[in-house]
Amino acid sequence: MKRLAIGLLAVAILGFSVFWWLTIPKAIDSTVKDWISKSGDPILGETIFWAGGCASCHAVKGAKGKDKLKLGGNHSLVTPVGTFNVPNISPDRENGIGAWSVEDFANAMLHGTSPDGKHYYPAFPYTSYSSMNYDDVKHLWTYIQTLEPVKTQNKPHDLTFPFNISRGLGLWKLAFKEYQPVLNVGNTDNFLQRGQYLVETLGHCGECHTPRASLGYGGGNTSRWLSGGPAPEGNGKIPNITPHETGIGSWSEADIVYYLESGFTPDFDSVGGSMTSVQENMAKLPKSDLEAVAKYLKTIPAVALN
Amino acid sequence: MLKRTLTTAIVSTSVLISVSIAQAGPIEDRKAKMKEVGKNLGIIGKMVKGETAFDGVAALAAYNAMGAVGTGFGEFFPVGSETGGETTASPKIWSDPAGFEAKGKQFGVDLGVAIQAGTPSDLAALKVSFGSVAKNCKACHTDYRIKKE
Repeated sequence: MKRLAIGLLAVAILGFSVFWWLTIPKAIDSTVKDWISKSGDPILGETIFWAGGCASCHAVKGAKGKDKLKLGGNHSLVTPVGTFNVPNISPDRENGIGAWSVEDFANAMLHGTSPDGKHYYPAFPYTSYSSMNYDDVKHLWTYIQTLEPVKTQNKPHDLTFPFNISRGLGLWKLAFKEYQPVLNVGNTDNFLQRGQYLVETLGHCGECHTPRASLGYGGGNTSRWLSGGPAPEGNGKIPNITPHETGIGSWSEADIVYYLESGFTPDFDSVGGSMTSVQENMAKLPKSDLEAVAKYLKTIPAVALN
Repeated sequence: MLKRTLTTAIVSTSVLISVSIAQAGPIEDRKAKMKEVGKNLGIIGKMVKGETAFDGVAALAAYNAMGAVGTGFGEFFPVGSETGGETTASPKIWSDPAGFEAKGKQFGVDLGVAIQAGTPSDLAALKVSFGSVAKNCKACHTDYRIKKE
C-alpha cells in the first residue's frame, strides 16, 4: 500500500514536472539581441499601430478621435470562458507599460509572455503578432512611447475554471501558436506579401474571421481560413471574407478598398458591431496598404460559409 | 366539457396566431424600410464612390425618399419583436431605448439638413452631405445591430 502511494506520488511529480517543463513561457532568442540597440521610427510605428488595431481593445470602448490614443485599457471582452479585462498599455510607468524594456515588449508581442514570465491569454492576439518582424516591433514600441500616459488601474480577468489557470496556456501555445503562413505567396510579389502581412499578421483578421479548431477553443482552422464563424463574444456571426459567393466573391478589389475607407459595402449596407473600430483603424492606412489587403483577400481560396 | 375544451383550444390558437402575426409584422416592416433606406443611400453613395455620374436632382430625390421612409422608423421596434424573423436587431435596442432613440434622432437631424440644403450644386457638396448623413448608419449599427450571416 505504501509502495503504491509512493509510486502514485512519483507519477504525479513526474507528470507535473513534464507539464511545468512543457509550459515554460518562451522569450526572444539571445541571438537577436543586437536588434535591441537599433532605433525605432515612430512614424512607421504609427502605421503598425493602426494596422494592428491596438486601439480597438486598449482604448476605451467606443473611443473617437484622439481618445483612441489613450491606451488605458478598461474595455471588457465578455466571452464564453469569462470576462477579459483589457490592460493599460499606455506609457504610464505605474499602471501601463512605461517601465518595460523593449525586450519585455517583444516577448509580449511575439511570444505572449509577460515581463514577470507568465503567459498572456490569446484574447491578446499574439498568435498573429508572433510573425511580426523585429524592426516593426521596435517601431511600434517607439510610437507607443510617444502617447499620453493614462492612470487607469488594471483589473484582473474574471475567468471560469480551468481557463483561469494561465500556466495551462503553455499547452495551448504548443498546440496552436506556431505560425505557418496560410497562403503560400512566394517571395516575388512584394505587393501580395504586404497584403499577407497586413491580414495574417498585423491586422490579425483570422482571429475573428476564421472559425476556431477544437470546438472553438483552439487556434484558427486554417483549412477554413477567413470563412467566418460564430462571434467570439458569443452574439451573432462574423462574416465570410473569402472570394466565395457566401463571402465577398462579388466584391471587386476597389469595393474592398472602399469598404475599408468608408465603412460601406457595395450595396451601401454599413459596417457595424466590433468591425466599426477595425474599419476606422484601417481607414488610417495608406491607400496602397488597403489595395494590398484587397489583393490578398481576392487571392485566398474561396471557402463556403459553414 | 368538450365544448369548453374546443373553445379554449380555438381561443388559444387564435391568440397564438395573432401574436405571431404581431411579431412578424414589425420585423418584416423594419427590414423592408431599412432596405429602402440602403437603396436610396446607394444612389448617392455610388455617385460619391465614382461608380455613377453626379446627378444633383436624383441625389436630392434620394434624400427625400430616405426621409419619407425613415419617419416613424423607431415605432417598428415594439416590445415583443426582439426575436424571430431572422431579425438582426440587437437586444440593446430594448435594454437601452434612450440611446437607440438618440441615434435615430441624430440621423433625422443630419438628413433634414441635407434635404433643407436643396439640390447639391456639385460632387464636392454632395460628398459633404453624404458624409454627414451616412455616418449615422454605422453609428447605430455598431451598437444596435448584430450580424447574423
